[in-house]
Amino acid sequence: MVVTDNNNFIENITANEKAVAAIWNLLEEVYDPEIPVLSIIDLGIVRDVVLTSSVNENIEATIVITPTYSGCPAMDAISMDIRLKLIEHGYKNIKINTMLSPAWTTEWISETGKEKLKAYGIAPPNAKQIVCDTKLFVELEAIQCPVCNSYSTKLISQFGSTPCKALYQCQHCKEPFEYFKCH
Amino acid sequence: MQQVNSANNQTDLIELDSGKVPLWEGFREAFILHLADNALILAQRNSEWCGHGPVLEQDIAITNISLDLLGQARNLYQYAALLINKEPHNLSASSLHSGGKEVTEDSLSFLRTEREFKNCLLVEQPNGNWGYTILRQYLFSVYQFLLYGQLQYSEDENLAAIAVKSLKEVTYHVRWSSEWVIRLGDGTAESHKKMVQALEEVWSFTGELFLPEPYENEAITGFDLVALQHSWLQQITNVLKEATLFSSALNEKVFMQSGGKKGLHTEHMGYILAELQFMQRAYPDAEW
Repeated sequence: MVVTDNNNFIENITANEKAVAAIWNLLEEVYDPEIPVLSIIDLGIVRDVVLTSSVNENIEATIVITPTYSGCPAMDAISMDIRLKLIEHGYKNIKINTMLSPAWTTEWISETGKEKLKAYGIAPPNAKQIVCDTKLFVELEAIQCPVCNSYSTKLISQFGSTPCKALYQCQHCKEPFEYFKCH
Repeated sequence: MQQVNSANNQTDLIELDSGKVPLWEGFREAFILHLADNALILAQRNSEWCGHGPVLEQDIAITNISLDLLGQARNLYQYAALLINKEPHNLSASSLHSGGKEVTEDSLSFLRTEREFKNCLLVEQPNGNWGYTILRQYLFSVYQFLLYGQLQYSEDENLAAIAVKSLKEVTYHVRWSSEWVIRLGDGTAESHKKMVQALEEVWSFTGELFLPEPYENEAITGFDLVALQHSWLQQITNVLKEATLFSSALNEKVFMQSGGKKGLHTEHMGYILAELQFMQRAYPDAEW
């Protein structure tokens, strides 16, 4: 890089940052197909956005995502939705990479994501992260009912309608509900 | 990416009952395929319960476990495909030579023949009753829990990443299946009787898990099958005792079935593959 190009260089960098920020904003509009109130940003599954431009000005957007659970069928749908969203906004060259390490954890769900979950009727993961261990016949966590806010709730099953949720019932208002389990 | 084991290049023949079969891939690929096949075939077996479980919540539980196992199988097949495509000269098996195309997770699961599958016999056995399914899941989950527990420290970064991810899921499987083994074993006279019978049936398929194949010894440094067996026995003894199912006969030398890890399967395997692979065999390259 020669000195005279310096301004140009800096301009290019900020332009790239802006373009990356624009993509992050677009990804806010891609929702989890199973829990349509959560964006993939809320879920914390987008790990990186990289833009590279080659000689022919053909910008390549690489989106790095990580699966919540190994077998989560939503991942294929999410990849497709990311692609469609970016195509819609003029990106032609899109690469979606899956990264397994570090493994996804519910700690990456944003605070707004947790609020949205509760409003939707799904108990959000507890603030204090207590993940499943091999201790038997014990309920490790007190889960708050998303309907009446009572903590008098009972685990029905560790497994629910999607890999990320467990089934609970409120002892107070009797409402069955799902809990987005710590993972 | 780790340096590929030098043994990958060997084209020795290994002796099988049926004659000579080429050792067509490297040890690491074989090891990963073995892990993937175990997960895939048990996922396929468990999925047979979908809509048939004894109660709704447990039907959902076993199918969730099925889905987790399928996800693990996909991650492992994808990694195996990556390794095989990098070193295609390791590959001489005809069924994988799909017109010079690259191997994929799909070709590995849908186009290999029975002899090429390296899953242990335990996972291919029919589901039997609910108690048998639970007990098999328990014995296998503890094995997977300890296995991934070791592999998460592997110097193979990809395998370690898959292990860490899987371990989180398998923890749920161990917990769920342990609790059900105890509930059913220490439950009613009828459930106890069925669990005793299930243990008798399943036990002779557990020895193979710890019978080392060359690919297990050579693929990953530090992988210790003997230590794994020791911890497994200890852990399952505790739960079986609590379930009032433990018998000292379990520690005696009983004849153990084996062969699956070498590609020699029980008659059940062919039926599983017939169902699993039917669509790709009947309509090659069909897409969803």
